[in-house]
Amino acid sequence: MIINHPLLGPRDAAEFVYLGDASLIDRPDWRHERAEELFHDYMYLRDNPAGEIRELWFHEHGDRSWLIVTRNTLTHEVTNVDLVRDRARKTGQGR
Amino acid sequence: MTGGYRIRTGGEDSGARIRFTFNGRRMAGRDGDTLASALLANGQRLVGRSFKYHRPRGIFSAGPEEPNALVQLHRGARLEPNTRATVTELFEGLEARSQNHFGSLEHDLLAVNDLLSPFLTAGFYYKTFMWPKSFWEKLYEPMIRSSAGLGRLSGEADPDEYDKGFLHCDLLIVGAGPAGIAAALAAAPSGVRVILADEDFALGGRLNSETYELDGQPCRLWAAAALSELASFDNVRLMPRTTIYGAFDHGIYGALERRTDHLMPGTSTAPRQVLWRIYSRRSILASGAIERPMAFGNNDRPGIMLAGAVRAYANRFDVSCGRRVAVFTNNDDGWRTATDLLAKGVEVVAIIDTRTGDPPAKLDGSSVFSGQEVINASGRKALRSITLANGQSIDADCLAISGGWNPAIHLASHLGGRPVWNDEIAGFVPGGSLPAGMSVAGAANGSLTLEGALQDGLSCAKSVLVDLGKPGPAWSVPTASEEPAAISACWLVSECRHRAWIDLQNDVTQKDLDLSSREGFGSVEHLKRYTTLGMGTDQGKTSNVVGLAVMAEISGKSIPEVGTTVFRPPYTPVPIAALAGRSRAGNFRPVRLTPSHTWAVEQGAVFVEAGNWLRAQWFPRAGETHWRESVDREVRMTRGTAGFCDVTTLGKIDIKGRDAGTFLDRVYTGTFSTLPVGKVRYGLMLREDGIAYDDGTTARLGETHYVMTTTTANAGLVFRNLEFGRQCLWPELDVHLVSITDGWAQFSVAGPKSRELLGRLIDPEHDISNDAFPYMACGEISVCGGLQARLFRISFSGELAYEIAVPARYGDAMIRRLAEAGTEFDAGPYGTEALGVMRIEKGHASGNELNGQTTARNLGLTGVVSTKKDFIGKVLSQRPEMKRDDAVRLMGFVPVDASSALSAGAHFLPLDSEATTENDEGWMSSVAYSPMLGHYIGLGFIRRGHERVGDIVRAWDGLRGADVRVRISSPHFHDPKGERLRG
Repeated sequence: MIINHPLLGPRDAAEFVYLGDASLIDRPDWRHERAEELFHDYMYLRDNPAGEIRELWFHEHGDRSWLIVTRNTLTHEVTNVDLVRDRARKTGQGR
Repeated sequence: MTGGYRIRTGGEDSGARIRFTFNGRRMAGRDGDTLASALLANGQRLVGRSFKYHRPRGIFSAGPEEPNALVQLHRGARLEPNTRATVTELFEGLEARSQNHFGSLEHDLLAVNDLLSPFLTAGFYYKTFMWPKSFWEKLYEPMIRSSAGLGRLSGEADPDEYDKGFLHCDLLIVGAGPAGIAAALAAAPSGVRVILADEDFALGGRLNSETYELDGQPCRLWAAAALSELASFDNVRLMPRTTIYGAFDHGIYGALERRTDHLMPGTSTAPRQVLWRIYSRRSILASGAIERPMAFGNNDRPGIMLAGAVRAYANRFDVSCGRRVAVFTNNDDGWRTATDLLAKGVEVVAIIDTRTGDPPAKLDGSSVFSGQEVINASGRKALRSITLANGQSIDADCLAISGGWNPAIHLASHLGGRPVWNDEIAGFVPGGSLPAGMSVAGAANGSLTLEGALQDGLSCAKSVLVDLGKPGPAWSVPTASEEPAAISACWLVSECRHRAWIDLQNDVTQKDLDLSSREGFGSVEHLKRYTTLGMGTDQGKTSNVVGLAVMAEISGKSIPEVGTTVFRPPYTPVPIAALAGRSRAGNFRPVRLTPSHTWAVEQGAVFVEAGNWLRAQWFPRAGETHWRESVDREVRMTRGTAGFCDVTTLGKIDIKGRDAGTFLDRVYTGTFSTLPVGKVRYGLMLREDGIAYDDGTTARLGETHYVMTTTTANAGLVFRNLEFGRQCLWPELDVHLVSITDGWAQFSVAGPKSRELLGRLIDPEHDISNDAFPYMACGEISVCGGLQARLFRISFSGELAYEIAVPARYGDAMIRRLAEAGTEFDAGPYGTEALGVMRIEKGHASGNELNGQTTARNLGLTGVVSTKKDFIGKVLSQRPEMKRDDAVRLMGFVPVDASSALSAGAHFLPLDSEATTENDEGWMSSVAYSPMLGHYIGLGFIRRGHERVGDIVRAWDGLRGADVRVRISSPHFHDPKGERLRG
């Protein structure tokens, strides 16, 4: 597999470490009244789509960026790669 | 009769003589031979025995599809089983042996299996070895294992070198036959980087084995000229002896290049084989087609061969596969074998065509049987005669069969593309979604004529060039001679009273298919697994489609309805040695050495692997004969005066930024933002599910600067998780992380004399007295006259202790200074064993306790868990099950009889109770002999342990047969009040 790193260009998947669904970015608030339930879902529930999925990859043997890779689980086609930090800036999480 | 089957062209036997042996018999071949062509030239018809029935078998094909002619090459450690003689390049001194016989090849004692064949049908194992149950392990399995498999391994280490490499190209062309060469010729002038790979040692594919004309010259010469033209392009890489064995995601292909397999072993210094990973932007699959047989009674006799192979042996190798050849065909291409053989002066006694109608060629001196079938063959170790459906018997020593050609579509379906049926050629062609960037050309795509293949190659190349933004090709296809290519499908002859082999390699006959269908295993996937059709080293290259077709006939369905299995890599077998490459023995994975490694070697240390690291385990001294003597001494030395130990392997992470403290508060259970500058604090990390993950100490060196340590094992993982928190969870924090594990050499200096010892090295302006530098202090200092260093007053051993870090390049010098200064105090080095003993004496949790099943509560560490803030794992660690009062607790354990040894892994049981899961109360996690206490001690987890100090339980270890009474105690055996480490 090849992942087209937004800063470094196409890189072999062997340089990366896979984590899982990009929903892991959206960690719930511990003060929420249903915090335990929200954390349970955050930790254990995943969609398993036949088609596009957004997932987290870490460029461990590279620049140590965390990336959101949009991949088709049927064809393995990678249609988009973003830096997680860029997404965070867009959604106003960044400074 | 050496050379007796070599066809003399121009009165001369051309080519240099190459001597080789088969089963010890000396033979000669010539330059350009395969082992198979040389064996045939020497009249060697019988080359092996079949898998199950031990039937005599001969060479069947002239390529990678060979099911029968599997031989062992070489000897000693280089012994190589299951090698296909048809793709083995002949060289001077080659030693080959037949395999899978008990006794000699000619008189195989296991040939008795053939008489037992009624009992050895499909599903034999499943039905026969069911009972009695006790027979399985003792009788059936050893018996099956000893008779399974074909060749035998040497059992010795492979003495050859194997390499791995990476290649990049714009266009990978798989197969250098007419379609592949055409594509390469069309693409090369545009300057795109082309790789043209072929498994054969002679590029050209079928062009080397045919007599067609291209632009008025023999196609073989045309190919040679084309290849030399291609070789003149800098942007074209020709790769003969290279099998593209698999298609992978995003244009990546696996290739096995056989660099020195064609040379006498041990005569070349080059790596024997290279496993390439090829990154391509586009690829053209031009892998050609594989001929298939038609099945009839006793169709596995030596001398019954594929027609295209018989033709290849005559045209390419000048070898006649028999003196009286008969041809059995259902298509026009079979006739070509007859005409080519006749042109070479080989006698063709008969041609039997299943079709009626006008013959496609005129044959001089051959009997022609239209609308006839061969239904039986006789001749046990070599074909003698064939019988036709009309009862006529024909003497022949070679039968060339052509049932049509199957496109070699394997790579096109490696990523799941489902092949589709093509009626015109009666075969499957690539279908579904092909691997990204792949197009298919020539026979692989069902274009079975030469002109069709060339046109296909050109048009695929054209699309690729346009895709890559290059001008279209100027090359045009040469004029090819015309060829008829009509076929009328025939799989199994209609009259079949004897066993007809469908899969030669796995001894699957039409009777097995009947049985499989009757017993309900009619789907292709079931059929394959029930009968083993299409398994083995050839993966059914000549048998799959015939098997499917016969199954379709049995079940009254069409072939497309029955469907086909898809293919997985590898296309042909890839040696494990090539997959391993250089990652063997000492090079299996990188070895990391500590900064004091050289010094430790000089001291005669015994080393242990800790992850990738090699660490000093203990330092034996003269007269010490048992490791315990060394370890006990090192513990007494450290607790008595002082000892030092390289702890560089612990993960070290530099954390800087205005929000560094806040960041640490969120990853540790404890609070670090309030830690004063110049202080160290113990930290515990949880996983998000609330389970304890890692621990270590973190020092605050400045207002915005912390240094974290992690366990050796988790150094990389913790860093990854911290980056996840920094980038994904809290991007708003101003914090930066750098792994400095390799940047600093760090040594633990422990023991009552450790302060005095360090005082000899630390520059005098730094005050390290107990008041100025108390327990849990840290600071940046200098040593040995100005060398920058960091000092941490932390203790794993429970003694007055420090860890001192210097830039890694000074690590060797530092340990030498420590050793030198230590002599005054009788201090010396200690290894990881003594380190472990002391941490158990002190009751510190380690990897055995943080094993992914335990919580802060289990570990007795709730004191370091803050209730006032969020941190990773906080919410889920508060789940009811995680907070149970009766959960296991980390406790100490002492044998009631002080002379008893303890073992880690023992289960705790109440006294006088059965060793059952219900009675299990916990487990022993770490044990050591305590030289300070003079008996064994252990750490372990036991239910409600904190309420049961003084109780006696059983430590039962069924695995080692141990059952010891132990008393529950505090886990802190040594200096429980911590007076020594604060002294």
